[in-house]
Amino acid sequence: MPFREAFRLAFQVIWTQKMKSSFSAIGVFIGVMFLIAVVSVLEGINKYMTENVVETFMGVNTFQLRQRPDFVGEDVPREQWNEWRRRPRITYEDADAVIQGIRSVPVTYAWVSYTGQDLEVEGRRVQGVQITAATEGYFDVKGYKMADGRPFTAQEVQNGQPVAVLGHELADRLFDGRNAVGEELRLRGIPYRIVGVVESQGNVFGASLDKFVIAPALSPIKRIANPPRVIDAMFVKARTLEELEVAREEAEAVMRSRRQLRPGDENNFELETSEGALDFWANINRVLMTALPLLVGIALVVGGIVIMNIMLMAVAERTREIGIRKSLGARRRDILRQFLVESASLAALGAGMGILAGLGGAALVSATTPLPASVAPWSIPTAVGLGAGVGIMAGLYPASRAARLDPVEAIRHE
Amino acid sequence: MTDTIIEVRNLTREYQMGAELVRALRGVDMSIYRNEYVAIMGPSGSGKSTLMNMIGCLDTPTEGEYWLNGLEVSTMGDDALARVRNREIGFVFQTFNLLPRASALHNVELPLIYAGVSGRTRREHASGALSRVGLSDRVDHRPNELSGGQRQRVAIARALVNEPSILLADEPTGNLDSTTSEEIMTVFEELHAQGQTIIMVTHEADIAAHAHRVITLRDGRVHSDTKKAA
Repeated sequence: MPFREAFRLAFQVIWTQKMKSSFSAIGVFIGVMFLIAVVSVLEGINKYMTENVVETFMGVNTFQLRQRPDFVGEDVPREQWNEWRRRPRITYEDADAVIQGIRSVPVTYAWVSYTGQDLEVEGRRVQGVQITAATEGYFDVKGYKMADGRPFTAQEVQNGQPVAVLGHELADRLFDGRNAVGEELRLRGIPYRIVGVVESQGNVFGASLDKFVIAPALSPIKRIANPPRVIDAMFVKARTLEELEVAREEAEAVMRSRRQLRPGDENNFELETSEGALDFWANINRVLMTALPLLVGIALVVGGIVIMNIMLMAVAERTREIGIRKSLGARRRDILRQFLVESASLAALGAGMGILAGLGGAALVSATTPLPASVAPWSIPTAVGLGAGVGIMAGLYPASRAARLDPVEAIRHE
Repeated sequence: MTDTIIEVRNLTREYQMGAELVRALRGVDMSIYRNEYVAIMGPSGSGKSTLMNMIGCLDTPTEGEYWLNGLEVSTMGDDALARVRNREIGFVFQTFNLLPRASALHNVELPLIYAGVSGRTRREHASGALSRVGLSDRVDHRPNELSGGQRQRVAIARALVNEPSILLADEPTGNLDSTTSEEIMTVFEELHAQGQTIIMVTHEADIAAHAHRVITLRDGRVHSDTKKAA
């Protein structure tokens, strides 16, 4: 019997027994739905992490010179924390030397120190605002565009002028929609004049990325952020990943010599790239991706057992049909193929429905929660393959029983 | 022109039924020639069903030889037997044995499917066979929409569609009333007149009377073999 006939027959049987078919394919359906939905959500988060979150926090083609890593993945042992804390801080001199030491490729850079406070203007209060004391290169490194006004200048940084640039949402909330440029704001009691507002950066997992104030690195706020002549980080941005790597190596050489490290000594500073930051997410992702096949596997095995049972019943019910077909010239392989195609089709249909439901589920998740969902292209063929594979595995035993039936007995079967 | 189509020598078939050895056939010898119309008779337990399974290549002998149309069937494996059933034998059963969910046309198409005939040729052959038995207006009916006689005609069309060497009928009228039985016998008569070799297993003497030769089995052996004067 050619495959075309086998498929036609299989779909005919499946269609005439819709109810039974749906129940038998439900295990595969659930397994595949789960696979698609979870993978889509994970993939979405993954993409989001790479494209939005990390870029937002770290910047593209950027590394940070820091005392210790900012993004930390798994549990860090106490000794490691202690080692990080004992490291010297990054100083103005460190930062200057590193920038002078990066000679082979052009880079932009910014000094950055952080502090935070609740801000209040005329009774309107915004809690937990991040205050960033930075040099003028910060806007370029972060890729910020201005919605209103202007960024502060190198001169203003040098002179330590009390000027500030606000995030979009913060400006809106503090000034109630009025143009904030030209207004005054108190940062830790020090009056600052607002010169610009940055375009909205959207949000990550529902948290706004616009709740910040940027002030010149040498303006009075520096005394609150850090001890004298100390910064939290220096951001260095290159034009490409390749150039970034060159810059990072040069920076490392400068820092090692400044810290008088001997070959073989560990770095007592951190050169963190966005890949490093991604490690933290990659760890979570790895755990989920290990657990997922297990769960999907269980569903598929159960689904396979259900299909095998249904097929065994089908063989028993259709013993006479098998006898008739054999008397008309069906060979073993014809009968085998007929039942294998039937169970594979059953499972593939379950898988197909599972894919649709999984896609629907993923769409629902991304529509109703801040979690994004993005369908991983590989997950669909994988799901179809798994479904059909389960169908074939589950069909093998029943089909071979059908194929081995004795025609004389089968045809007499009631 | 005695063209042998079936040659059976010392055909023996034994079954193990629990501890007991059942000797269904104890050495049958016979020859059947092209365009013969033969009835095989015998009381129950005489071995006629076993013999029919052998002739129909559904079962293989414990001992002895069976030649069908020049092929030694008795030594064949499963797949080769399936091929012989497909090409050389057309079965007609007492209970019709049609697939209940398939149309008359599709039932008749089945042997062609297993012969590897596809598409239009297959439909044409099948509807041709149906019109040969006078059912060209019933091709799309399912078995449960047909009368007993019509069902048996569908079965006959299915048996003939691959132009087999023998038409092998097992109690073809066992489930039919006498009028319908006569009708089916008339169909057999016509097929025989067109050159078809027919072997019919029956225990009804008046049905066997339609055949031109009657072989009677008793206790697994040929008891009598009589030809009607033509």
